[in-house]
Amino acid sequence: MDRIPILRLGNILLVSIQVDLQDHVALALEEDLAERIVESEADGVLIDITALEIVDSFIGRMISTIASISKVLDAETVVVGMRPAVAITLVELGLSLEGVRTALDVDRGLALLQTDRAAADELLDVEATWPAG
Amino acid sequence: MSVASTPGDWTILERNRQEIIERWVGAAAKNVAGRMTQAELDHDVREIFDAIVALPHFEGRDLTDPAYADLRSLLGELARARARQGFSPTETATGVFAVKEAVLDMLEAQAELEGYQFFAAFSRFVDDLGLFMLDSYAQAREAVITEQAASLLELSTPVVRLWEGIVTLPLVGTLDSARTQVVMERLLEALVSTGSDHAIIDITGVPAVDTQVAQHLLKTVMAARLLGAECIISGVRPQIAQTVVGLGIDFGTIATKSSLSDALLLALRRSGYDVVKRANRER
Repeated sequence: MDRIPILRLGNILLVSIQVDLQDHVALALEEDLAERIVESEADGVLIDITALEIVDSFIGRMISTIASISKVLDAETVVVGMRPAVAITLVELGLSLEGVRTALDVDRGLALLQTDRAAADELLDVEATWPAG
Repeated sequence: MSVASTPGDWTILERNRQEIIERWVGAAAKNVAGRMTQAELDHDVREIFDAIVALPHFEGRDLTDPAYADLRSLLGELARARARQGFSPTETATGVFAVKEAVLDMLEAQAELEGYQFFAAFSRFVDDLGLFMLDSYAQAREAVITEQAASLLELSTPVVRLWEGIVTLPLVGTLDSARTQVVMERLLEALVSTGSDHAIIDITGVPAVDTQVAQHLLKTVMAARLLGAECIISGVRPQIAQTVVGLGIDFGTIATKSSLSDALLLALRRSGYDVVKRANRER
């Protein structure tokens, strides 16, 4: 398998990594995801890494990079379902994935993105009514 | 050659078997006063005695000789038993050294000159036995300590579910790298298995926080964040707060609270609960 499927759920893109991430697969995902975000005008990305059992510093940095790219493209990214062993490895490697949001499972990640969007909408409303109010 | 000129011969011991055993038990009993019955001691002593006289002559051999394997395993077993029963090294070794006293007393009573030559060689042999027993004792104690450390590690890291989505980890005792690893794993496993997104790490029972302990705590919190859970550190005592600031440790955006109840309140608030006091206290 050379490509990780990217699924669209409304305004959110769901990336579910079900295989051990090879370096070239991760690089391909970075490219595909950036293209899909622009093409689908998504404003949220969920990366599910429940099945990811082994990480190294490269994959750790890739996750961080993918999240940053999505952010630049104005899509909030949440990494969900990280395994304890993976978390410990990343911390030991000194990668705390600053700026990447995390949630325990897809459900909570989805909820997080929705509350974010609601807050952003509210802010937009306030800005829109600002001169009048 | 007479019996006396071959000091490695057991004839003297065998001839006086009953007397030596009685004196030996008597001498050994002084050291273990009340903690072993006469019958147990008698049994042990007889076993060692029989094992010794069954051996080939000890002249020119030491305890590592293959012929002495049976005696070695017997002594090792006794030493391990003593270590587990909580006897001191002295008490363990004197159990064997007592045989010298017993043989010497017996020889004095008989006033045989050849006996003393035998005794000089025998004494060295018994010293070897005693030292071997001490070695086995030390090994057994070492094993006991390792086991205890392992079980302590198991016991000392309970993760308790306080509320829907809130778990707490009361830490008691000093945190070292090995323990932190276990603590971290337990906490993360518990967060995943209970689906909790808030964890309270209570450090009331941690005697001191230095840079290393703080580092461990920060790592645990970072790992929990990667899973999507937020940690609160509670039980920060005044002295600990002073040390932490004095050492220049920065807890950054991690919430710290002085008591577990404050931390629980914060965790409940963050999960969307409000704790409200009713005006009417009756149910």
